[in-house]
Amino acid sequence: MKHTINELEDIASQVRRDIVRMVHACQSGHPGGSLGCADFMTALYFEIMNHDTDFKMDGKGEDLFFLSNGHISPVFYSVLARSGYFDVAELATFRKLNSRLQGHPTTHEGLPGIRIASGSLGQGMSVAIGAAQAKKLNKDHSIVFALLGDGELQEGQNWEAIMYAPHNKVDNLIASIDYNGQQIDGPTEKILSLENLQNKFEAFGWHVINSDGNDMDAIVKALHYAKSLTGKGKPILNLMSTQMGYGVDFMVGSHKWHGVAPNDEQLANALGQLTSTLKDY
Amino acid sequence: MKKYTYTEKKDTRSGFGAGLLEAGKKNPEVVALCADLIGSLKMDAFIKEFPERFFQIGIAEANMIGIAAGLTIGGKIPFTGTFANFSTGRVYDQIRQSVAYSDKNVKICASHAGLTLGEDGATHQILEDIGLMKMLPGMTVINTCDYNQTKAATIAIAEHEGPVYLRFGRPVIPVFTDPDQKFEIGKAWMVNEGTDVTIIATGHMVWKAIEAGEKLAELGIDAEIINIHTIKPLDEEAVLKSVKKTGCVVTCEEHNKYGGLGESVARLLSTELPTPQEFVAVNDSFGESGTPDQLMTKYGLDSVNIIEAAQKVMKRAGK
Repeated sequence: MKHTINELEDIASQVRRDIVRMVHACQSGHPGGSLGCADFMTALYFEIMNHDTDFKMDGKGEDLFFLSNGHISPVFYSVLARSGYFDVAELATFRKLNSRLQGHPTTHEGLPGIRIASGSLGQGMSVAIGAAQAKKLNKDHSIVFALLGDGELQEGQNWEAIMYAPHNKVDNLIASIDYNGQQIDGPTEKILSLENLQNKFEAFGWHVINSDGNDMDAIVKALHYAKSLTGKGKPILNLMSTQMGYGVDFMVGSHKWHGVAPNDEQLANALGQLTSTLKDY
Repeated sequence: MKKYTYTEKKDTRSGFGAGLLEAGKKNPEVVALCADLIGSLKMDAFIKEFPERFFQIGIAEANMIGIAAGLTIGGKIPFTGTFANFSTGRVYDQIRQSVAYSDKNVKICASHAGLTLGEDGATHQILEDIGLMKMLPGMTVINTCDYNQTKAATIAIAEHEGPVYLRFGRPVIPVFTDPDQKFEIGKAWMVNEGTDVTIIATGHMVWKAIEAGEKLAELGIDAEIINIHTIKPLDEEAVLKSVKKTGCVVTCEEHNKYGGLGESVARLLSTELPTPQEFVAVNDSFGESGTPDQLMTKYGLDSVNIIEAAQKVMKRAGK
């Protein structure tokens, strides 16, 4: 372990403070999914991945991460800054004119840590597969991680990719689903039901594991276990239950905070619930 | 009129296949992807030589573009292959976000472009692809005119850093360009120097422009013929230099008159050198089933249409 579970939880608390402060400052963005994935993203960047904050696009010899549901950019930016890719002060520029921290992640402004633009949904799994296959050609034994939203699975391109990866034994890929059951217009069950995702992925030939994405100990163990499953002929799917808005009581569990920014009073309330551990930016 | 002859007819897609094999031999980072159309794209030779560098994607073009974008991250130079319709319109957003906006070095190689795809009909005959691709910031757009030029272009784009759309076709047509040519992206090819009218052609229309030039010469009209193979970035200098001399221009393309080469030329001339222009292009229409020759005639893309357009534009220019 690079960090204890307590240390990782402390980092995740700071990441959550960053998220609500960033979204509040520009009065736009997506706090709900970002808060829900703060534990996973902290575990990935501070514990699980072998990566170099001296950023090189090709990432040779490093584990790579692709965010397909690009609207949860606040958590991505916070974790990248907190792990040393760029100065945390830059988080204050989120969604503002001339910023490298665009509303949705992009390579176009040269922000270290970003390897593909995402935002238009359903594209990240394909990109992650391509990066994983390039690693195989390069005899690079590191791992490619991807995160997808659950609502995002309504996009058809995902199922092209989900069919392709097992057929081609892309077994250096660990994809996680942010399984919070919410999307902009309401619960996924009501909008377009995902039905039994575990069965669906298994039927396509994936090795599926389940995890609790808002329990640091559980998510760290799940990701270590997922790593142990690589190289065995199957891509790995981490079906990760989360709660949208986790960590802020008035945001938790509701699609209403998918894409709405807190006002001053709500910000103060939220920050009162989240301990500052690494100093605010 | 400079004399152009040919001894054989070949399809431009075979030029792509030959170029891909050579690009693969020159650079081990070159990889190829195909969406269930290996034979149509003439990728067999590459696959035989480099089986581990070929990715059969299946009928899933969106996934193909995404995987290609991902492969570039590990330093690969991916060439995707399918029909022009499925290379562009079907996957526009994937190209826009994962390739163009993400600055990825993907070569989107598109066969069966335009009407000359023939009997399959309008579902497969895209006439809007040049427009779609040229609107993307940073995208290079190339439409080649014969086997040799397509082969040379395929090799050249492997050496170019950045996303490229390479458009070619299905039918066998005369092979009339130099087999040893060096393809320069963005550099027009002067097919014939003349003084009376500028004819700018791309793709399959270049040979038709040469046929038209010969007929115009018989009528006493000295046509300057320029091949613009790279529609973006446009060789503005070559266009302006020619039009300054002739004072009128005809653009020829196997594409909708909206969004194609003609509009790129018109945009340039309207700001730099307003000039009478005629468009030999499809008149805002879908295609239909038929043989390539029948379709080119029905939709106004024959040498006779170029001749008529040249005479008309000269009259408009007061010549």
